[in-house]
Amino acid sequence: MQTTPPYKTSRGMSDYQLKMAFIMPTMILLILMNIFPLLWSLYLSFHRYKASMPTPARFIGVRNYTRLLQDPEIWGYFQTTAYFVLLAVAAQFFIGFGLALLLNREFRYKGFVTTLLLLPMMLSPVVVGLFWRFILYSDNSGLLNFFLSPILKSPIGWTTDPNMAMIAVVIVDTWMWSPFMMLIALAGLSAVPKYLYEAADVDRASAWFKFRWITLPLVSPLLLIALLFRTMDAFKMFDIVYVLTREGGPGTATETVSMNLYKLAFRNFNTGKACAMAYILLIIIVALSNIYVKYLNRVKGEA
Amino acid sequence: MMKSVHISLALILILALAFVSTPKADDHQSRSLTIVWAEWDPANYLQELSKDFTAETGINVDVIQIPWPNFQDKVFTAFVGKSDLYDIVIGDSQWLGRNSQGENYINLTDWINENIDVDAIYGPAMTAFAEYPKGSGTYWALPAEVDAAGYVYRKDLFEDPKEMAAFQEKYGYALAPPKTYDQLRDIAEFFTRPDQDLYGIATWYSKEYDGITMGFQQVMWSYGGSYGDANTYKVAGHINSEDCAKALEFYTDLLQFAPPDAPNYYWAETLNAYTAGKVAMAMNYFAFLPGVVNPETNPISHDKSGFFIAPAGPKGHYISIGGQGMSLSSYSKNQDLAKQYMKWFMQKPVQEKWAALGGFTPHKEVLQSDTFKKATPFNEAFAASFPYLRDFWAVPEYAELLEVCQTNWSEAISKIKSPKEALDNIARKHEEIFEDAGYYDE
Repeated sequence: MQTTPPYKTSRGMSDYQLKMAFIMPTMILLILMNIFPLLWSLYLSFHRYKASMPTPARFIGVRNYTRLLQDPEIWGYFQTTAYFVLLAVAAQFFIGFGLALLLNREFRYKGFVTTLLLLPMMLSPVVVGLFWRFILYSDNSGLLNFFLSPILKSPIGWTTDPNMAMIAVVIVDTWMWSPFMMLIALAGLSAVPKYLYEAADVDRASAWFKFRWITLPLVSPLLLIALLFRTMDAFKMFDIVYVLTREGGPGTATETVSMNLYKLAFRNFNTGKACAMAYILLIIIVALSNIYVKYLNRVKGEA
Repeated sequence: MMKSVHISLALILILALAFVSTPKADDHQSRSLTIVWAEWDPANYLQELSKDFTAETGINVDVIQIPWPNFQDKVFTAFVGKSDLYDIVIGDSQWLGRNSQGENYINLTDWINENIDVDAIYGPAMTAFAEYPKGSGTYWALPAEVDAAGYVYRKDLFEDPKEMAAFQEKYGYALAPPKTYDQLRDIAEFFTRPDQDLYGIATWYSKEYDGITMGFQQVMWSYGGSYGDANTYKVAGHINSEDCAKALEFYTDLLQFAPPDAPNYYWAETLNAYTAGKVAMAMNYFAFLPGVVNPETNPISHDKSGFFIAPAGPKGHYISIGGQGMSLSSYSKNQDLAKQYMKWFMQKPVQEKWAALGGFTPHKEVLQSDTFKKATPFNEAFAASFPYLRDFWAVPEYAELLEVCQTNWSEAISKIKSPKEALDNIARKHEEIFEDAGYYDE
């Protein structure tokens, strides 16, 4: 019996060599740009090391981690971040889904309105931060306070009052990212088969019944994916806080973990400690994502 | 076939053009110098001044300006990457420790002793902007811009007979530029009239970079407080002393006489508040003040502005030092040219022109001349501030120490923490930083 030899190209490369030739550039890039920095930062997180100083890294075990986890201020930054994630993602979910329900019908200029609504998420976060800084920024001359002046006794200190600053950041992030939630929800809504609604109409089902038992179960897997993306992204909030509330002020009212991590890494150049903090943040995001993914799988199973 | 030949030819042509149009690295590096500084008027003056150097030597000088809040982050990140982007760095006095120990600055001691007349330079400026460790005689820079925190005030308000009489009646003494912080508070209170959109004072409360620290530290020192023992680096009992707490209470209390958005005030916002006619007095570094006497940038009070030095406190008189030193980057490929420029810059005629343009010269003779004192309406007050100048820690860990101060003082003025809590936290964190850096090992 004659076996077919492995196919060879005109230059004499085997299938395996050809596969490797295609894969290797990506693999090398992945190793250099992702895997190596990940492992190197893990190594540095167990060392006292400052990138700005010529002194070599000194092994200190888990001291960076214990210092960070025992620091009440770091826990404060985590609390601030969690508070922000909860408020912003919830607001984006309800507003985004609500807009998607409104847009999921035919009307004049639907395409134009949808494009307009999508504009905020296409802007750079720094531009958004600066734009809102001029709207919210000045207690006296800010546009928002100007419009609210007939109903307010005194102007709101959007970025100067510690109780309002977080609300200001949530408003900006919601303005920017609700369209993303809307877009995903709209994709889910347009994929719901029309005959299900027609059958429900025949049975004289109420609008609520159709929403609760047709729309929601079929859209929820996509909504969960959108929630997962937004939670991960909101947990890393940095740029808007950096620009809008000037590095997380007033005081530490809007100082998120990422903002503090930036200061640790690029202002203090406390590289070892910053690597440890980045790993703590990574573990939290991975854990949160896993919870979401498990829930997503369950919902998909039910659907 | 012909199509691919055309495409190949077009690509070769584009690459050839790109190659030809790119300036040769050698040409660029041998005939030009890059200086990095913060974005402010003195950097514009330096660019103007450097035209003379270019005319004399044919060497182009490009002064790159970085906005103040990002100034340190950008320069230090370039240093970490050992970038040759900058030849000369005009950096804050606090940077000396970090960049000398981090080997980012060239040690200029021998070169300065051989090429520069150190005696001609104002002594405290040499210590503050060039020497590290202090008193060691080791130089890492040449003073470029000497600066001090000071105040601008509305003369039209202060000299209004009705205002003067009302003030005299309310406080029992004459309305005049304040000599003490208690007087400053009285005047700030007197002019605070939210119904007229007028407030007493604008000063630095911002969390950005060194904002609130530069504004508050001079009050803290003048109230008898200090950052710590400069010999032992022990901090507890100094930064969280009763005196510091009183100073922080005073500074927080002063906020009620500032515009509502004052917690965000840094140099630009302070100037804006003053030029918009919203405040009677404003604190700022003198080098930021040319805008207040310029009719284009201050149409309301450019000809009605007076200047005074920062007031004294109950236990002393200290003022935050400003200004920067001119250092040579270790990663520069044009070190000889940079030294040529620095030597040229320190010559007396050049310093005279530097002062005439608006720069705050470190040259002793020029600085003390009547010509300099009369060059601007605020130079007199600036010169009077010299005996009282003090600086933040200049150790390599200064950025971490500064960050802790910025955060905690910002929390105190926002009433997130009490002054005592904020100061205790600073003491704990500062000692942790010094301990980690090995200052307590012996």
